[in-house]
Amino acid sequence: MTTAVDRDALRTTQRVGDRVFSTATIVAGSLILAVLAAVAIFLFVQSIPAFLAVPEDFDPGVSNFWAYVWPLAFGTLWSALLALIMAIPVAIGIALFISHYAPRKVSQGLGYIIDLLAAVPSVVFGLWGIGVLAPMLQPFYSTLVEWFGWFPLFAGPVSGTGRTIFTVAIVLAVMVLPIITAISREVFLQTPVLHEEAALALGATRWEMITMAVLPFGRAGIISAAMLGLGRALGETMAVAMVLSPSPQVIFQLLTSQNPTTIAANIALNFPEAHGVGVNILLATGLILFVITLAVNMLARYIINRRKAFSGAN
Amino acid sequence: MNFKQYGRPAVIAIAAALALSSCAANEGAAPDKAASDLSGTINAGGASSQQAAQEAWTAAFQTTNPDVTINYDPSGSGAGREAFISGGSDFAGSDSFLKDEELAGEFATCAPDAKAVDLPVYISPIAVIFNVEGVTDLNLDAATLAKIFKGDITTWNDPAIAALNKDAKLPSTPITAVHRSDDSGTTKNFADYLGQNAPDVWTEKAEDPFPYKTGEGAQGTSGVVDAVTNGVGTIGYADASRAGDLGVAKIKVGDKFVGYTADAAAAVVNDSPLVEGRDASDLAIALDRKTTDATHYPLVLVSYAIVCTEYADADKAALVKEYVGYMAGAEGQAEAAKSAGAAPLSTELQDKVAAVLKTVK
Repeated sequence: MTTAVDRDALRTTQRVGDRVFSTATIVAGSLILAVLAAVAIFLFVQSIPAFLAVPEDFDPGVSNFWAYVWPLAFGTLWSALLALIMAIPVAIGIALFISHYAPRKVSQGLGYIIDLLAAVPSVVFGLWGIGVLAPMLQPFYSTLVEWFGWFPLFAGPVSGTGRTIFTVAIVLAVMVLPIITAISREVFLQTPVLHEEAALALGATRWEMITMAVLPFGRAGIISAAMLGLGRALGETMAVAMVLSPSPQVIFQLLTSQNPTTIAANIALNFPEAHGVGVNILLATGLILFVITLAVNMLARYIINRRKAFSGAN
Repeated sequence: MNFKQYGRPAVIAIAAALALSSCAANEGAAPDKAASDLSGTINAGGASSQQAAQEAWTAAFQTTNPDVTINYDPSGSGAGREAFISGGSDFAGSDSFLKDEELAGEFATCAPDAKAVDLPVYISPIAVIFNVEGVTDLNLDAATLAKIFKGDITTWNDPAIAALNKDAKLPSTPITAVHRSDDSGTTKNFADYLGQNAPDVWTEKAEDPFPYKTGEGAQGTSGVVDAVTNGVGTIGYADASRAGDLGVAKIKVGDKFVGYTADAAAAVVNDSPLVEGRDASDLAIALDRKTTDATHYPLVLVSYAIVCTEYADADKAALVKEYVGYMAGAEGQAEAAKSAGAAPLSTELQDKVAAVLKTVK
């Protein structure tokens, strides 16, 4: 605890450097808030005409903005969810391998390679998706629909090109993998060695040690890693726009030609030729994406804060 | 990072980049004609279908007129017309001619009371491309094509397709019909063709977005070509110049099946009447999609340059006249055919455009 006297003493010893630096940090800190506010205000003001738009401004069959944005919002969340379901187990596996299983040399090399994956631009992933992944998966999809078509998610008719939401989810999973892996690995490495050794001393195998000491300690970290990954998956534009065969409806089937598209990809596809109220409608969908991302992040914060008390850290 | 190790190659790379970028593509050829006295800047924008052609035209025109700068912004037909009407550009490129309500309004670029006219400058045949194992030739009529893209016909061995292709061995593969997922004048023209020739099947109005929620979407012409190439049992539509090695379907005109050629595309544009009720100088074409003449290929996209009959600024008028005249002239059309795969305007139509441009002030 600092007494009043101490604080005075501190104030008198402030030098120019202190003042410049503290001002600089305050400016930097408020700048980010100002930028965020500017973006939010811009989106909101530009969106107002879209909320008031008449049915003629929309594609045939859509009567108002909410009917227009709902399938897009669904597609955004659906594709990101599928991607996370695929990416999280793999990412945790890689992170555990690097932190607890692999020999030091291998783990370092693997760490670099994972980071390298994060540096690949999304356009390249998009090209890979349409050029390699989709044609490669198409025969597999055909077989899947043929044998497991009775399962609602795999119902046909199968897409002839493989450019489905499932392919998109795989591409997205590959894209979010490095983020989730890198953060999980850092968190796992932070596990107190005493906890690990205690577990081992009690006769735990390595797997039991991980489930008892490492994973509980890292749970909050894994969740925040997943949420950062989710953030990237929600906002990913180029790869989705290039790979997906979009159709603005709510569809759960994974392997057909009609797939719910995402907000970001829809903006990228339609902005170049948009004019008049069309531009406002697209910007308004951007506002919705902004709100969704904000909500997801707040939810993640809430989960992390709630779980913190129960993690192995204390 | 070890600077010494990377520094040298980096310096060389930067130097090379600077050296290379200092000679732009449009300065490549030395001007072979006497330099003109034209100077100034043309700002234009609109249809992205014209983009490749506009780039070639700009490069060639700036070579012969070194003091002229031309900026063409491929922002889309609607945006191009909007910018032109509000005075933001000197002419507009557009896949559709001016609407009646647009013509009724004011044009900020033009002199007071002067109107704008549509001049055809770019014709592109649209090819129906397909990728079906064991099928090299495919004949389709408009109704069948419409049903395929609407999702009413779902397999390649459907009786409707078989009836038109007696000799082909059609597999039982499902059809994946690929359309443009972005808004496009190509879609609008394709839909217009189907809507006029098969009105019972294709009931939606022809607009830039694809009207039905069936089939598969792909981004841009290259996306469609890519999806058709890499897919199984696929069919799509794209600018003919991009069809490459893919199978191209023949469409039914009268009682014959016609494949696309530049001549057939130019012929249908040439023989189609002008839109009625407009000024004689407005060359908006009411494309005869229902033609029965087998020398015609009615599945074409016509793109216009929209210019003022009288400009507020006389210098601009001179520049635009010269440039659009070049675009629609024999030289410009040959250039567009070479670099963008367009079908050249017939000489008759070239002369008509030139005659209109003469009256532009």
